Amino acid sequence: MIELLDIRKKFGGQEVLKGISAQFQPGQTSLIIGTSGSGKTVTLKCMVGLIEVDSGAVMYDGKNFSAMTNEERIEIRKDIGMLFQGGALFDSMTIEENVMFPLNMFSKMTKAEKQKRVDECLDRVNLSGKNKLHPSEISGGMKKRVGIARAIVMKPKFLFCDEPNSGLDPKTSLVIDKLIREITVDLNMTTVVNTHDMNSVMEIGDHIIFLWQGLKNWEGNKQEVLHSGNKELDDFIFASEFLKKVRENYDKLIH
Amino acid sequence: MLSYFFRKPENWRMYVQETFRQMYAMGVGSLLIVAVISLFIGAVITLQTAYQLVSPLVPVYVVASIVRESTILELSVSVLSLVLAGKIGSSLATELGTMRISEQIDALEIMGVNSRSYLILPKLIAALITIPGLVIISCNVALFSGFLVSTATGVMSSDQFLFGLREDFVPFNVVFCMIKAVTFSFIIATVACYHGYYAEGGAYEIGAASTKAVVYCCIIILVFDYILAQLLL
Repeated sequence: MIELLDIRKKFGGQEVLKGISAQFQPGQTSLIIGTSGSGKTVTLKCMVGLIEVDSGAVMYDGKNFSAMTNEERIEIRKDIGMLFQGGALFDSMTIEENVMFPLNMFSKMTKAEKQKRVDECLDRVNLSGKNKLHPSEISGGMKKRVGIARAIVMKPKFLFCDEPNSGLDPKTSLVIDKLIREITVDLNMTTVVNTHDMNSVMEIGDHIIFLWQGLKNWEGNKQEVLHSGNKELDDFIFASEFLKKVRENYDKLIH
Repeated sequence: MLSYFFRKPENWRMYVQETFRQMYAMGVGSLLIVAVISLFIGAVITLQTAYQLVSPLVPVYVVASIVRESTILELSVSVLSLVLAGKIGSSLATELGTMRISEQIDALEIMGVNSRSYLILPKLIAALITIPGLVIISCNVALFSGFLVSTATGVMSSDQFLFGLREDFVPFNVVFCMIKAVTFSFIIATVACYHGYYAEGGAYEIGAASTKAVVYCCIIILVFDYILAQLLL
């Protein structure tokens, strides 16, 4: 389990996170949603330690990650997988080498065991047979899938995804969402996804946190999100006239 | 930044592999330009020295001695290092800058890899081995080119050139050349990696970081060129 205890962060004079507390449970896909500039990415980066919190704490299974030394953090990070917005694949390596990189760096597996594990992960993300391609030779959606394969190759307990659907068409987004959901349940991972894609919210939102101006404004799940009665959340979800009409018709159908 | 190098690597084998990859990129990738530059350095310095030393009082083999000293003490090390600061320095800064903005460095950190050490230490070691090697090649190519030009243009005979090369040879000058090469290699690798690693923003900033890396490398190389000459000669 991951727990945020009143985390705060300032950049210069601007307070970006104004005291966020939340819990993220294993086996659940937790989504952090919000408008641009609401603090989603900063929250995610604080959770993985890429940005230090000014106050408050990030707890991993009861251990205070924020107060740890670099060496102690490395141990926790071996249990963390992260999917970056652009995939963050190493350009000089093939897909296979990218996925194998964490194993080469940290595991004591034999070469055959590593190969088997990499093949399993690539198969899981439907990229079997693409082992020898370079990141420059594959599409954006494939890069995300390679990113997922690399993130799960060490069988992490915690998975973070930063805008996994950005730049993808709706159909490919759905594939990525389903993949994230499947591996979360199968590996019983604590998954935190940072997104503003409403399809993802409705598809995989077991647990949703809505950030607004650096504060947690609403918390719930995908069944509750359309009828939260929260003005800021409604403004975010039903931003277009089209979606407002969809909601009206949806309400008429329900009632 | 340097303090991170002295932490125990996560996996020695991966560091060694990366060092060899960098050595190949730096060494083989720079070989052609080093050969071309050295070829012309040797040829031009031979002709110009011969042009200036037209005197019945100065034996002609002295031209070869001057070519040797100029090449070993300055041209094949300082001029070449300035060229390599442009080629290798900008390449290192751009590579690391691109890794920074495409979140590859963040990805390494999340995995628990000491990114400063993994990305910079192999580049530093590769530069410390490869650049002095390129300097040695440059010295040989320049002197050989001088030999060819002097005999082909009739400046002096091959015997006179070879005699001049050996005459009053001071072995310490080669040591001095290597001290300079190692120092300049260190400057090129660290300054370029620093600017690349801490680059922020987008394509424009990477370009700026790369330019800054080359400019600072060149200035620091020239300053150290003077300091080393003052201290060691």
